[in-house]
Amino acid sequence: MTTTREITVTVNGQPARLAVEDRTLLADALRGGGIHGTRLGCEHGVCGACTVLLDGEPVRACLIFAVQAEGHHVETVESLEEPDGTLNPLQRRFHEHHALQCGFCTPGILMSLTALFRDDPAPTETRIRDQVQGHICRCTGYQQIIEAALEHAGGQVTSNDR
Amino acid sequence: MKPTAFERHAPRTVDETLKLLSDYGDDAKILAGGQSLVPLLNFRLATPGTLIDINGVDELAGTDLTGETIRFGALTRTRSFETRPEVARVCPLLAQAAPYIAHPQIRTRGTFGGSLAHADPSAELPGVAVALEATVRLLSTRGERRVAAHDFFEYHLTTALEPDELLAEIEIRKPGPRHGSSFLEVAARHGDFASAGTAVVVETDPGGAVTDARIACISVGPTPVRMTVAERLLIGATEIDDALAGELRDAVAKAIEPTGALRASALYKKRVSGVLVRDAARQALARAKEAV
Repeated sequence: MTTTREITVTVNGQPARLAVEDRTLLADALRGGGIHGTRLGCEHGVCGACTVLLDGEPVRACLIFAVQAEGHHVETVESLEEPDGTLNPLQRRFHEHHALQCGFCTPGILMSLTALFRDDPAPTETRIRDQVQGHICRCTGYQQIIEAALEHAGGQVTSNDR
Repeated sequence: MKPTAFERHAPRTVDETLKLLSDYGDDAKILAGGQSLVPLLNFRLATPGTLIDINGVDELAGTDLTGETIRFGALTRTRSFETRPEVARVCPLLAQAAPYIAHPQIRTRGTFGGSLAHADPSAELPGVAVALEATVRLLSTRGERRVAAHDFFEYHLTTALEPDELLAEIEIRKPGPRHGSSFLEVAARHGDFASAGTAVVVETDPGGAVTDARIACISVGPTPVRMTVAERLLIGATEIDDALAGELRDAVAKAIEPTGALRASALYKKRVSGVLVRDAARQALARAKEAV
């Protein structure tokens, strides 16, 4: 039961060898494997800091065991950067709009939004807010996050929205 | 906050699952979506020695929306109620309730069967199951039995499931052609546990008068509560004027004795439940008329 073994999970397109017990959460396995972008906040699914994509869908990595990810494809915030290591367009919007301060919640939000924009490149503000509703940010007050996402969606951002 | 150690089994068939439940039932938990169970494990509020991970049991993931009885496998992800238009067509109440269930990231994994088996008093799907008069099909190595939703939910987090039983399928009688439904909920923040909520289904005759009404309220008792008095008030109504709305509100407030919670006192729950039932009944009736 407490035996640690090695499993292979496809993470960001590459096979990642992770040392796990049956009870090891995916978030802990990723972090233990040196993939640190995924954070742990509440460990009960509420804060969203641990959100990753599993087969393209946003899930809480604190509520999935690493062994459940065997044979599936996990995407973390590390997958977002451009090949030359620079920020991708969504990340650049976040930078420009001050959509992060401490940055702790940011990877989870970026992954949820990445899934949204794959499904719908021009979502409404309502859809953006629905997608981000499951994330808690202590720093920004959320408005800049919404504005960054809105600009990425090609929407209008008026300063009167503040 | 990490789970205690357990032994994980990952069956591929229902038969394998039932055998595991028979062998380990008392000290085993079924892992479906995990969105309610794993928090309990992380907090060590539950410490099962065995986890039976049924996510690989494809037999439990199917749906049949074609017949007079609509069937959902226990592993049906709640997100599918929003993404599959045919669900919204045959059973709109599920699509209406889904956006209130936690957050999209939870609904990606959370399952219909799991929500019912967990039986949280403020969960949406138990209320939906009661309003739809759904039946759950329970399997074990000892056989199969069907339990009506109303009888399935016994108390807080307690159902009729025996330790060696698997909730395999949910059966719902397809609503008639002139039906309308509504699900409304109030929570402190969008996605939080409900302070109060209601599921309403009405069916009407060709003249638009209510022939059947089912109202279930959540978060006002240990299990979903059917509002039988309020339902009777709706029979024969073609509209819900202010007088009827007032009677509905009063009937609901009288029918429940909720326990106050941090963000919702007992009085608040009574009042809000009454208002939600009024509003949901109006919406359901309006939708029944549109359905013609």
